[in-house]
This record gives sequence, C-alpha cells and structure tokens, in this order.
Amino acid sequence: MTSYEDFAGREILPLWEGPDPVNVPMIRHWAEAMGDRNPIYRDDAAARATGRPGIVAPASMMQAWTMRGYAATVEGPDAGARAGAAAGARELDGLLEKDGYTSVVATDSEFEFHRELVAGDRVSVREVVESISPEKSTALGTGRFVTTVRTYTDQDGEVVAVQRWRLLRFRPKEARAPRPRPAVNRDNAFWFEAAREHRLVIQRCAGCGTLRHPPGPCCPHCGSFDWDAAEASGRGQVYSFVVNHHPRHPAFEYPLIVAVVELDEGTRLVTNLVGVEPGEVEIGMPVVLDWLDADPDLSLPVFRPQSGIAA
Amino acid sequence: MSGFSGAAAIAGIGATEFSKDSGRSELRLACEAVLAAVADAGLKPSDVDGMVTFTADTNAEIHVARSTGMRDLTFFSRIPHGGGAACGTVQQAALAVATGVADVVVCYRAFNERSGVRYGLGQADGPAETGADSAAYAWLTPFGLSTPAQWVAMFARRYMHEYGATSEDFGRVAVVDRRHAATNPAAWFYRRPITLEDHQASRWIAEPLHLLDCCQETDGGQALVVVSAERARDLPHPPAVVLGAAQGSGDDQHMMTSYYRPRITGIPEMGLVGRQLYAQSGLGPADMDAAILYDHFTPLVLPQLEELGFCAPGEAKDFVAEGNLELGGRLPFNTHGGQLGEAYLHGMNGIAEAVRLVRGTSVNQPEGVRNVIVTAGTGVPTSGLVLGADR
Repeated sequence: MTSYEDFAGREILPLWEGPDPVNVPMIRHWAEAMGDRNPIYRDDAAARATGRPGIVAPASMMQAWTMRGYAATVEGPDAGARAGAAAGARELDGLLEKDGYTSVVATDSEFEFHRELVAGDRVSVREVVESISPEKSTALGTGRFVTTVRTYTDQDGEVVAVQRWRLLRFRPKEARAPRPRPAVNRDNAFWFEAAREHRLVIQRCAGCGTLRHPPGPCCPHCGSFDWDAAEASGRGQVYSFVVNHHPRHPAFEYPLIVAVVELDEGTRLVTNLVGVEPGEVEIGMPVVLDWLDADPDLSLPVFRPQSGIAA
Repeated sequence: MSGFSGAAAIAGIGATEFSKDSGRSELRLACEAVLAAVADAGLKPSDVDGMVTFTADTNAEIHVARSTGMRDLTFFSRIPHGGGAACGTVQQAALAVATGVADVVVCYRAFNERSGVRYGLGQADGPAETGADSAAYAWLTPFGLSTPAQWVAMFARRYMHEYGATSEDFGRVAVVDRRHAATNPAAWFYRRPITLEDHQASRWIAEPLHLLDCCQETDGGQALVVVSAERARDLPHPPAVVLGAAQGSGDDQHMMTSYYRPRITGIPEMGLVGRQLYAQSGLGPADMDAAILYDHFTPLVLPQLEELGFCAPGEAKDFVAEGNLELGGRLPFNTHGGQLGEAYLHGMNGIAEAVRLVRGTSVNQPEGVRNVIVTAGTGVPTSGLVLGADR
C-alpha cells in the first residue's frame, strides 16, 4: 500500500508536450486580457530594439502553454491526451480521496524563469512530488499540503522554467455548527444523561407519583423533593408545531419543524419532527420516538410520524 | 373602587425619538426620556424620590439619578420578565405614592434594542451558565426553538386549530396597528400603512407567523412620572389617574413557553390581571373606551381580548373582523400604532399613549375617552393598567 511518504521524489506527470507551439496570436490575446501594453509582446520591431530576437511571450504564460485546454477540463480528469500518462497523479488523487481530502485549494506558486519563450518554441512539462506534509489543521479544514515541482523544457530539452506548486488537499469543515448547548444543572442533568443512552424519561414524584416535565426540584402537587424517573413509551401526538424560517441558526436545516408533542403518559415536550415535510404535519398526528445523535455529547429525542415507522 | 385605586396618577410622559440606531448610549436615552417626562409633569429632577424600571434594563437607578440631578431616593424597584414589566412599573409607583413611601416616582425603560442586543435573534447562543433561567432554555434551544416569534407561533398554531382562526385574523390586527401608525409622526411606520394582502404576502418568519405579524425592533427610551392624584391636579396636564394596576403570573407559568398547561389557547396570567383591574377600578369591559394591548406579535392580541372580557373565548377573530378595534369602533385599539407600528419600547410607549388618550391629545383621538385599559407583555408574567380621567 502506497503511503504519502512514498510519493516524495516520485514523478506524477511524465514529460508532456503542450498542444500548441508558442505563437503570436495567443500572446496578443493574453496581453490584451491582462491589459499589458508592453510592446515586446505585440511589436516585432520594438522587441528587436530591446535586443530580443523578436516578439516574446510573457513569462506568466508559461503554465498556459501546457494547459490541457477547455474541453479536457470540462470532460474531467480522465479526458485529454495526457490523461493516460498521468497514472501517478491518479494514484495520489485516489489516496487523498480515500482519506477524505476531497477539497482542494492552490496556496503557492513560485516560478524560476531561465529564458524567454519566442514564437515556435514547443513547451513540455514534467511534474514531480517534492513533499506531502503531515496532516495540518487550517481555517478551511484538516488536510495535507502537496508540493510538486514542475519543470518546463523546450524542444531541445533545455529547461526554460521551474515552478514550485503547492496545493492544500483537505477535508472541508463540517458545514453545520453544533446545536445550541443545553444549560445542564442539578435539576435537569438526569434527563440529558438518559437521552445520551437513548432513553426518554419523565420525572416522577416519589411522593404522589405525578409525572412532570420540564422537571424541577420539587413536586407542585404534594411538595415532595423526592423523585425518580419513569421511562416513556415513546408514543404521542402532535399538540402544536411551528415551522421556522428566520432567523437561521447554523446548527439547523430550514425550514425547521419544532413541535410540542404530548406523550401517551400525558406530559408534553418540545422536540423536532423528522421524516415528514412541513406541509404534512397536523395537530393530533400520531408520532413515535426516534433519536438524534446531534454530536458526541448531545443526543436528543425527536419524533417521526407513526406510519413512517410501520412502513 | 378599592385599595389604592384613584390615589395616583401619571402626570408626565417623555420619550426620545424612536429609531433603529440611536447613536447614543442606553444611559443617555434613559436620561433624555426621564428628563422629558419630568419636564412634561412640570417638575424638577430634584423633586423625584422614586424610580422603577425593568430588571432587563441596563441603566441602574443610581446612574440615571446621578446623571439627571435627582437627589434623595426613598423608593427604587425593578420588575422582571421583559415586556411583562411595563404596567407593573406603574403599579409599583402607584403603590409607593399611595402609601406615602415616595412622592414623585419615575418609571423608565431605555435601550438600543435594534442597534445593540436584539431580542429577535433569539437565545440559541446565550451564555453557558446554569441558573434556572438558563436551564429553562435547555428544553427549547437545542431543538431550534429560540426566538420570541417561534415561541409565540407555537401558541398561535394551537389557537388556530381550536378556534378556527386564520392567518388573516392575525393580519387584521397588524393592519389596524399600521393604519394608526400611518398618521402618527412619532411612529417608525408613519405614512406606511399596510393591507391584508401585504400581510399575507410577507415572508414566513415562523409559520404560522408572517413577517408582518412581528413587531419591529427599536432604539429609544420612554419614561413616565407618577405622583399622587391630588398633586397631579396642580400640575400642567390633566391627570391620567391610575384606577387599576395589577401584575399576574399564572399557574404553571413559563417564560414565553407555557406549553404544559391543560390548554394553551388562553393567557391565564392576563385574565388574572384583568380581574384585578376591574375589581380595583370598579369598572368593567363595557367601561373601557380604548385599549392599548401588547402586540409584540399579532396572534396574542386575540386571546387578550378574550381574557379581558371584550368577547368570549374563541370569538376575538370575529370581534376584530367586525371592526371593533378601529377608531370609530367599539374599542379603539393601539391608537399610536402599537409596537408593530410606532415602536417596540417594551410596552412603555403604549402607556404613554394611554396617558395621551386620557388627556385627549392622541394623534388619533377617538371621541369621549375616559377610561383606557393597557396591557404588558404576553406569554410572560405580565401586568396591566386602567387609566382614567380625573373624576
């Protein structure tokens, strides 16, 4: 099994010649698009007057001469003339993808130019991995910096430029923020602890047996401070509900259905409805308990339509 | 009449402008409002010896007193539960005046609620402390139920289900508010009335609430001066006599989320306030010539009408649709434009409007107003007032 370390020094793109020779029309288009009015890119005589052999290509076009072209970009990585040769690049991509580094951003491009290109030059490029960093945490997400060296050569095999090219290949950060934390204290901790074990409990007065939710330190009926917790059946019905649109909290998907569910035991709780569209919810609809493991520290009881479970 | 009814009166009112970005500190807003109210009463800051505000207010009494030139204070008190405190401040002041604990009490509330900390954004990212108030949010915010609009929407949906009310029934409340605001130069929505179609077309906030069911957010301050009715008679304006002033917290009361009561279509704490107001004043619903009802969200105006005895439970939608809340109707309502139309000052601007109605100086003054009922925040422990013309 190939590891990231094994890629150091490895060629991922064998020498490959760009599709077009260096030519004056493409130089003119580039200079126009860039707003570069330097006459050495447009006027043969002006270029000669500076001691050059004629019109030269802007140094910044170096990469452009070896680009695969529009069609290959649109058709995907396996398209184009050089795809067959790029087995190393595909192998590296596969390894990165397997580890979840599915996103990419270019972070550095350093060029060293050896000579100016003139019309008629044929540019080839070869790419070798210089290093792959250990996993790093970045603002974008966790990933590895992949640094390669691209060597550009002419029709005689002479080096015309060397490019050090660095990409961050990363796992994008979770788009969803964690759900708001419940303020857990001595009066309600038992309920959230039970929820973490996927048990929906209802506080029960040890004195008179009355169930109560939300819980509290003492019984409003008999005054007892003693209580235990009864396990709920997980069946109930929608007592009321809202569909939230605005403002949006980054922890939730909208529209968000929040309901007051009346349990068969008689107590009510605020919860979310899942497995149902906002337009399908009705007061009185029978619902059954499900669990949402919102994150490692927080599990919450949610409810789905009863028929949805039966199906 | 019983107890302290008629013993105290509101003699002065004062406010800042109502804006979305005051550009000033909350303390400055409080001071501006307080000084304006004291001046309106024909008094000097040094005459003030009592202060009442909300626990939610950031402007402690001592800072306001020191800044405005008040001297010795013999009474200072605060009311919890957000907008539910509004009329409670006047009750506290009236009790203090009636018992001789203080002579001139200023009630005030000032905030940069729009440009500063916005209540409308919700409690989801509140601080992680574990007192009982924070723990109460543990049953709500992890499920994404964290804003006042969402909390009210839960009541509204059940109310619609049980009574057959519709979104249009809520919308009619907004239309009346905005119509009244349209002729009130102090209102944010001055000259900007809406139609029921506008209401229906406005975007969802929390179904069944549209945007136009929800009040605005406001920067501003409002203050009121309470003195004895006797002293008020010697001051520049006709007294707005405190005929009734009551607080109410109901059985199984939660903060905006009393979803666990046998029924949730009513507002029992408002019924409790209403019964006290009528008992104190010796008046009844038929004696009320106008109403300033708390309207942070339209749906909870309907059960207020029911709890206060203007119609039977479930019939408020018809009461509203019949035009009773209009200026020429049975119960002219929120003549300043309410919190939807004028400003969201936690109900305190509504008390000022009730004073203007009793003085006969509202921009939308109906004929022959003697008694005005005012309510504070709904869904929370709340309060109410009956203000009347001097007898």
